[in-house]
Amino acid sequence: MTEIKKNTPVIRAIKLSKSFGKVEVLKQLSVDFNEGDRIALVGQNGAGKTTLIRCILGQYIFDGQLKVLDKDPRQQRVDILKEVGFVPQIPPPLKITVKELLRFFSDLSNVPEEEYVDIAEKLGLQIKDSYNKPFVALSGGMKQKLLVAFALGKKPTVLLMDEPSANLDPAAREIFFDYLGKYNKEALLVLSSHRMTEIEGLVNRVVEMDFGQIVLDKILYPVENMNV
Amino acid sequence: MLFGLIPKKQRRRIMSKGFKSILVLDLNQSLRSKGFWIYSILFGGFVAFMFVSGITETQIIGFVGLGRLMVTFMQVCMVIIPIYVLITVVRSIVGDKESNVMEYMLSLPVSLSNFYWGKFIAKFIVIYIPLFVSLFAAVIWGTITSLDIPWDMFALYSFLLAAMVFCFLGIGMFISVYARSQEMAVSSAFVLWLLLVAFIDLLLMGMMLKFRMNPSLVIGLGMLNPLQVFRVGVLVLFDPKLTVMGPAAYFVLDTVSRGVFIVFSVVYPALLGFLFGWLGNRRFNRKDII
Repeated sequence: MTEIKKNTPVIRAIKLSKSFGKVEVLKQLSVDFNEGDRIALVGQNGAGKTTLIRCILGQYIFDGQLKVLDKDPRQQRVDILKEVGFVPQIPPPLKITVKELLRFFSDLSNVPEEEYVDIAEKLGLQIKDSYNKPFVALSGGMKQKLLVAFALGKKPTVLLMDEPSANLDPAAREIFFDYLGKYNKEALLVLSSHRMTEIEGLVNRVVEMDFGQIVLDKILYPVENMNV
Repeated sequence: MLFGLIPKKQRRRIMSKGFKSILVLDLNQSLRSKGFWIYSILFGGFVAFMFVSGITETQIIGFVGLGRLMVTFMQVCMVIIPIYVLITVVRSIVGDKESNVMEYMLSLPVSLSNFYWGKFIAKFIVIYIPLFVSLFAAVIWGTITSLDIPWDMFALYSFLLAAMVFCFLGIGMFISVYARSQEMAVSSAFVLWLLLVAFIDLLLMGMMLKFRMNPSLVIGLGMLNPLQVFRVGVLVLFDPKLTVMGPAAYFVLDTVSRGVFIVFSVVYPALLGFLFGWLGNRRFNRKDII
């Protein structure tokens, strides 16, 4: 795991802007996300949450400054992504089997397949029953559990989750939240969601976006006081 | 663990692991698509059909036996392969963008170049191997049935097919990186293919007659067209004065020697494919990924 320099934010954005044609989706956004922060990134559709996440993942070229783990997300993409776990809002329609996907992740991350299987099973996914099924053929909830297992299994320093519980049934959601609550307290967790009520028990800070800007940044309680 | 502290040699190994992982993933994805199996069965079945229909026993303008079968196979490839490769490949990058595959895959520690070239090589394997296997199966069946094996043709055609697939793969990936939607990518591929087909003979000869163009210029234009190069390359082992070649091909082979053209017909399309592939990768690395 990357050592984070003391007093250096895990993610630092200074006057970060991103436009698509004439539409400015992120407007001179400045924010720090720190070690151990558990952030609810909330806002309506089009607020810029996904664009911010994609900038952090090095998927967009942007104006202004953005550092993740003190590195440039575009120039040092691979270095950063080794430390990042990501769960997308919409699972990718991959035709390969669950077994092949497990092998792919294990090869890329140097994490044994069993660790992913273990987490998936804790989340209520009987993964071995689905080994030979194409990933795309799994139900929405099963896909989400598997992606969450992949994100958590590599024990990342930064966890980015875009509506991670959208497809989970209540029981799976409870297990998932319980798991997240116990996750490495030093890691930065960013949960993007439309519904604050759903994730409020998990977070200590709320960052609300609207029209590409941060309109609210509120620390609910210090990280050390969190009791999930 | 600080990735930056890992020795350069090991870092390179990790980077190439990303390439291998994407290559294997894309191969597995392709093997699960119906399109791949239809394509493989189509070409394998076509060779089998030619044997069953007795094409090896017919003779047309000097082509006979397995040579006749191979020339016919290559003529079919010339019609189908470029457009098949373009249509399949142009949807690759832009399709992954639209279906959220890219968003997820590129949240993993794989460099953009490894992702791009991993897909590129996987597509090459998936498209080329069925063609080579069909051609090789014809040779094996020819050996079993005691036909003369034209090894020079087999070797040339194997390389020509590889060069042609590589060429259109590079162009297809280039279009796919630039296109904003799958529809736009497919339309661009069709327009390009139509232009290349039209420029084999029809437009070249028309331009030469109408604008009284210098034949050397027409030949030069003809040599730039990978379809034209492929077409002449297929027939180059035979008499260059054959009428089936068309006027532009006649000029080309009248100007350069057969040996030179054989090398050119393999090297030029491969280089062209690499150039477009490289340009596509360059753009992919410099712009928004999704």
